[in-house]
Amino acid sequence: MADQAKFAEQAMEYMPQLYGAAMRMTRNPADAEDLVQETYLKAYRGFGGFQQGTNLKAWLYRILTNTFINSYRSKKRRPDETELDEVEDLYLYRRLGGLEAAQAGRSAEDELMDWFTDTEVKDALEALPEQFRMAVLLADVDGFSYKEIAEILDIPIGTVMSRLHRGRKSLQKQLYEFALERGLTGRPPATDEVLIEASESARTGSLTTDDD
Amino acid sequence: MAQPEHHHHPTSCEEALAELYTFLDGELTEAKKAAISSHLHGCNPCVEVFDFEAELRIVVSTKAVEQVPESLRLRISETIATLALTEPPEGNSPPAF
Repeated sequence: MADQAKFAEQAMEYMPQLYGAAMRMTRNPADAEDLVQETYLKAYRGFGGFQQGTNLKAWLYRILTNTFINSYRSKKRRPDETELDEVEDLYLYRRLGGLEAAQAGRSAEDELMDWFTDTEVKDALEALPEQFRMAVLLADVDGFSYKEIAEILDIPIGTVMSRLHRGRKSLQKQLYEFALERGLTGRPPATDEVLIEASESARTGSLTTDDD
Repeated sequence: MAQPEHHHHPTSCEEALAELYTFLDGELTEAKKAAISSHLHGCNPCVEVFDFEAELRIVVSTKAVEQVPESLRLRISETIATLALTEPPEGNSPPAF
């Protein structure tokens, strides 16, 4: 049992991440604010049921996610959002990889940072169909493990992995479209043999125990 | 392609790249992680791919950050403070009204 008096001191620090996730989920600041406020309200009322010492951040995200799904998700939700174009593996690397080394004296990370604006990254995330967007947000923006994501979204770990795999590729494709629009690259994709093999194997790559 | 039963064979590029995401996600067993790391030590093309994907992830998480509006922070603090009065901590059971 957790003491509600401790709620504020423990839970308030997660507001920036929760608000960021709410923005990507709702794609709208007014809804994001309401969603975060409602999440804190529910969390406060339910805090007595939170087990101290367990993962408070994941617990808050579960409330956020459930509240979003139940109350904020677009009413005119497409019946099946699993449709995503098939995108090859290493999509962005094949097109932009190596370019970042072109300018001497700068780190590759600085170069990549400069390629995309904040708005482009946010738009690319928001362009993902919901189920893929949620998985990618939780993993790549909020740093949750597969197991935590499985618990937050109440789906099997295998489903988490496949949504991440497809969602990340789709995200890369969208980012590449932005790069093209801004004339950052006109280079044809790499045709390295290793990478072609990789795109086959990455598709079947799996977690856990098949390292026998 | 059949995998040998005991896997002390060196990790191939194909095997390393198949675990690209699980490696970056920190979801591999120690043994598997060590095998991939060892491959990366001797394989520049794979290092480039892994670095690119790792950097891209930093870019995405860095650029997706949002500032919480001060008005929202205040509103939530006030709501919690009000609830603490009307639904005090002792009452871990639901309030009667």
